[in-house]
Amino acid sequence: MPNDYPQGVDMAAAIAAGFILDRRDAVPKLIGRHEDFLFVTGLAGTARDIAALTQDGAHIYTMAGAMGGACMIGLGLALARPDKRVLVATGDGELLMNLGALATIAVLNPANLAILCVDNGHYGETGYQKSHTSLGVDLEKIAAGSGIKRARTLASETELAAGSRMLREGNGTAFVVLKVKPDDPPPYKRNMDPASCRTRFRGALLGGLRDLAQRKRPNERRKFM
Amino acid sequence: MADGNGSAARWQDELYDLLRRHNVTQFAYVPDAGHRILIDRSLADPGALSVALTTEEEGVALLAGADLGGARGVLLMQSSGTGNCINMLSLIKGGHFPFLTLVSMRGDFGEGNPWQYPMGQAVEPVLQAMGVICLRIEQPEEVVPTVSAALTMVFQGGSAVAVLLTQKLLGAKAF
Repeated sequence: MPNDYPQGVDMAAAIAAGFILDRRDAVPKLIGRHEDFLFVTGLAGTARDIAALTQDGAHIYTMAGAMGGACMIGLGLALARPDKRVLVATGDGELLMNLGALATIAVLNPANLAILCVDNGHYGETGYQKSHTSLGVDLEKIAAGSGIKRARTLASETELAAGSRMLREGNGTAFVVLKVKPDDPPPYKRNMDPASCRTRFRGALLGGLRDLAQRKRPNERRKFM
Repeated sequence: MADGNGSAARWQDELYDLLRRHNVTQFAYVPDAGHRILIDRSLADPGALSVALTTEEEGVALLAGADLGGARGVLLMQSSGTGNCINMLSLIKGGHFPFLTLVSMRGDFGEGNPWQYPMGQAVEPVLQAMGVICLRIEQPEEVVPTVSAALTMVFQGGSAVAVLLTQKLLGAKAF
């Protein structure tokens, strides 16, 4: 339905710039079995992508504010739980708000952390204004320049399988940019209460424990640097 | 430092041991002279993770993530860094995340750098506006009891607490 795009989007220009994939199709294909990850998401688009994929599961923590925090929440979680794979799924706008987090993460380079930036080149939630990634900013190069050694941009269907492996394997943090066309995420209504989402997430992960310190044998914590 | 006789080093070492006894494992910081011993001890401690930040708001989000995983952390920063945290504290307040920060004060007692006053003097009202309880320390003997109280308030009480290490405690930097 070529006339069904969000108002104000120059879809021809976006497609010419490589924003081609449909996020509603590409994000689930790239992630695969979602139960293999603990998720932290960005605010709007990626929160709905992951909530729709998991039916707002207890292994996801979605945001609707505190923009710029997703990658660092993911880092704190990954450092706390070296026994789990953590996937941060966030948008280009959210990531651009705290690029320094990529530098902080690169220094520690936890192998159980992957960052997926679903990049549509626009601020979809506020009316599809162009973001910096539509105006020449290359997030893969920023990640690589920050010191993240496994950084890659995916822009076509044929690259998704290699991207999937990056999210699941490797000896350091992975950074994957998934270029998608500026079109709406799934219309999923998720729980937007940050406190009940915290309680839900911790309940599923920790059971009845208040924190790891209550374990009889706390996990041996790994030093990353 | 308030004096050259090592009392500052002593309370900082006691403070580090106190935090570790309470199972604080993630030490997030922007490098700062007032927290030098805590930072160095965390770097040398195989049971702790030191996370050097580019800006303090990263630390707010980091500690929320640590809590989601069941771990405890602390954010070490200077008073000017509190201003960089404000919107990210929405996460702490809205999510009811436990949050502990130790703030080395500038723009406070005896400050000689005019650039430090605007944020230094705004630390308490701004943090309080975002739901963070502020506890001030002026004497070395108050450090351990005050941080002990803060640890209870945060990790049992589920609150957000900033312990302000004032320039009466730390001494004003000479210019």
